[in-house]
Amino acid sequence: MKFRRRAQQENQHENRQESRQESRGTAEPAIVGHYRVGEPIQDTKAPAGPIEDRWDKRRFQAKLVNPVNKRKLTVIVVGTGLAGGSAAATLGELGYKVKSFCYQDSPRRAHSIAAQGGINAAKNYRGDGDSIYRLFYDTVKGGDYRARESNVYRLAQVSVNIIDQAVAQGVPFAREYGGLLDTRSFGGTQVSRTFYARGQTGQQLLLGAYQALERQVAAGNVEVHTRHEMLELIVSGGRARGIVVRDMVTGEIETHLADAVVLASGGYGNVFYLSTNAKGCNTTAIWRAHKKGAYFGNPCYTQIHPTCIPQSGDHQSKLTLMSESLRNDGRVWVPKRKGDNRAPGDIPEDERDYYLERIYPAFGNLVPRDIASRAAKNVCDEGRGVGPGGLGVYLDFADAIRRMGREAVEKKYGNLFEMYERITGENPYEVPMRIYPAVHYTMGGLWVDYDLQSTIPGLFVIGEANFSDHGANRLGASALMQGLADGYFVLPTTIGDYLAGAGSFGPVEDADVAEARKAVQDKIDKLLSVNGNRTADSYHRELGRIMWDYCGMERTEESLRKALERIPELREEFWNNVKVPGDAEGLNQALERAGRVADFFELAELMCIDALHRTESCGGHFRAESQDEDGEALRDDEHFAYVAAWEWTPEGPVLHKEELNYEYVKMTQRSYK
Amino acid sequence: MNLTLKIWRQKGSSDKGRMVTYRVEDVSPDMSFLEMLDVLNERLILEGDDPVAFDHDCREGICGMCGMVINGVAHGEQKLTTTCQLHMRHFKDGDVITIEPWRAAAFPVIKDLVVDRSAFDRIIQAGGFISVPAGSAPEAHSVPVPKADADAAFDAATCIGCGACVAACPNGSASLFTAAKITHLSLLPQGQPERESRARAMVEQMDAEGFGGCTNTGECTAVCPKGIPFDTIAQMNADYLKAASK
Repeated sequence: MKFRRRAQQENQHENRQESRQESRGTAEPAIVGHYRVGEPIQDTKAPAGPIEDRWDKRRFQAKLVNPVNKRKLTVIVVGTGLAGGSAAATLGELGYKVKSFCYQDSPRRAHSIAAQGGINAAKNYRGDGDSIYRLFYDTVKGGDYRARESNVYRLAQVSVNIIDQAVAQGVPFAREYGGLLDTRSFGGTQVSRTFYARGQTGQQLLLGAYQALERQVAAGNVEVHTRHEMLELIVSGGRARGIVVRDMVTGEIETHLADAVVLASGGYGNVFYLSTNAKGCNTTAIWRAHKKGAYFGNPCYTQIHPTCIPQSGDHQSKLTLMSESLRNDGRVWVPKRKGDNRAPGDIPEDERDYYLERIYPAFGNLVPRDIASRAAKNVCDEGRGVGPGGLGVYLDFADAIRRMGREAVEKKYGNLFEMYERITGENPYEVPMRIYPAVHYTMGGLWVDYDLQSTIPGLFVIGEANFSDHGANRLGASALMQGLADGYFVLPTTIGDYLAGAGSFGPVEDADVAEARKAVQDKIDKLLSVNGNRTADSYHRELGRIMWDYCGMERTEESLRKALERIPELREEFWNNVKVPGDAEGLNQALERAGRVADFFELAELMCIDALHRTESCGGHFRAESQDEDGEALRDDEHFAYVAAWEWTPEGPVLHKEELNYEYVKMTQRSYK
Repeated sequence: MNLTLKIWRQKGSSDKGRMVTYRVEDVSPDMSFLEMLDVLNERLILEGDDPVAFDHDCREGICGMCGMVINGVAHGEQKLTTTCQLHMRHFKDGDVITIEPWRAAAFPVIKDLVVDRSAFDRIIQAGGFISVPAGSAPEAHSVPVPKADADAAFDAATCIGCGACVAACPNGSASLFTAAKITHLSLLPQGQPERESRARAMVEQMDAEGFGGCTNTGECTAVCPKGIPFDTIAQMNADYLKAASK
């Protein structure tokens, strides 16, 4: 039955594939030279049948590893955020020998720690009509119909276990006076399903995972290697069998072998240089794996958050997010006149443009993230932006203060106002805040199947590092949910099915290890030998500028082509003119940075190719050519209802399409007017 | 503005180390302290010098990675602020700023301003957790927690593990860090079964790492960027005494 269904699907797939090639006849030649189209790809792990039974079925079908054998199996986990920390802890609890790696000085510092808002779970404690099905539905819709239904349904199912687990660990979630858990509603959903711990939910959940991890370290099941950076994946006999890392303190290049490798190294938003990511977040682990055969899913899907504190100058090193809740009471505006540089208080009411209220009278200041972000960019592009460089819009609380009183505003937003003042030195009770959109999250990542296994057998990818679950746009409070679902509940089950066959893996070939080590050594030697006259950071800034201008909030064929010209030029210059001081012995932070920038250059190009080939707009990917008469994102389901899984080859990327079949949720176009 | 920086330079753990003076010019008041150091480092790289090594990551005051002693105060003089959130507008043209690493026997210097804080991880390993393997948790609402307890637990749990408390303490004690975790877990019903063994094991590990004892000077809580309450130490001592007297 199952096989027949698959076969039918494949047939349909091929037929559609052919007609698609024909209908896209005009689009294809336009991108000739940048990529080739390969065979379609499919997830073969999700069982067929009713969606609510699939995870149970998979868990039952998955082979088990007996406890004695688990002790003989080693699993490497790279990254110690919510996904990696929880996975390493859980695998340790199950009895595997785990080696965990992070570039920070402690696993507790991973950037999951900075997540503010909360974590979604379909507990329906409010009795407000929430359910697993509704969370599933909201996530598929929020992702603009570009996520895999089976994965998203499982995520919603597992969400309820995460809250139980976190509470039992002692995560101090917000509670009501009766002692029960408090929830709030969040971005674009109509139910209250977001659990939170003040504005530090990520921190508290991460500390829960970190403590579970340290417990396993004490038990002797997990070794944590801090200040170690993964620089290469070891593939032997067609399987992921280890990693090459650099000890960032001694400079030593080390080899670590294993029976399976799990990447939980986070997202790649720092390709834009300025983002809300931590400074150290990078793409190196997943990019190295990509070049060793792991396909990269939907690299162009980037989420831009509308309410961040704007850049104050060229020295800016990162951007800070302000909670989106501010848009509930603040009014967004810019001067009507271009280049109007009067103080905001001197601009009379009738010379202000409350552009969100003007363009979207129904939703006003509360339009979704992508729409608010794009509108801000548009008014700044018109020369009406405010603050340094004209890259900002006002978020004004004067009306709210008049209406609610200063005290009420303080109670609701006091801590955010304080944070704003700390960074900008301006008092938002007196002058309007200035905000601007910033890169916040990357939905794309390494392609994985239902088991979270990549196209390299034995390489699993979890959390933000994979592409699954969020489609083209992630809903607020869903990143924490996915990271912990993958780490505590999904991966520890599915990896067993793979490891049950470890008896036949055979030894790791010396030549494969030597090759990986050589690649690492060669790259370090090369970086140190250029001795040019520009720092890696300055190249990173320029690359980020190109990505932001040409592959940012709004993308056009023209802008992407420009980026695809500029990036290789700049990369070439980088390799001929970068200056990396010092040597490879001992702590050398400039060398670490240079290695990461080198990989960002390559990823940037793939992101632009992906963005260029996807001529539709969807979620976080807005192609100016694909909008409706009101300027809203226009999907092209007929041609683009697929995951773009990119294979790396020396001759350039090869596109493998994974058809997305919607058996449960009906695809519709969004409207916020 | 133009500034003079006196920065602790130390090549490695075996190097003696010394203060080195640098000039930085055209510092914008909008820069963060770390961005000011970025500017210095970019210049040092181009001049062929070794840039100043310092730890940092999130740059939004929550990861706990950054930390330096600025003009003698851990994280600088602005209260409740990590180094990365400190901005240059709090300094003025012509200022001389001294910058040193955390100094404590249990935090050996790795290079320049980077120290080894792995002792903190080992204190957590000793017992800073609740033993609950994934999948074994009961339904979250099966145990209500009074709001006041949950809030107080949160106040203690908000520690970012930066180590400023140790750097500020004349004894180099890690009492505030250890007490924050003990208090967080002691205040919750889920933390009760392991409460005494936890306090005992964590305090013993803290001592074994070479941190000094607490003499109630309160320097720790004064510099803590998250305002961890001083009375958590009393909670730790009470739990430890109870465990030790058994």
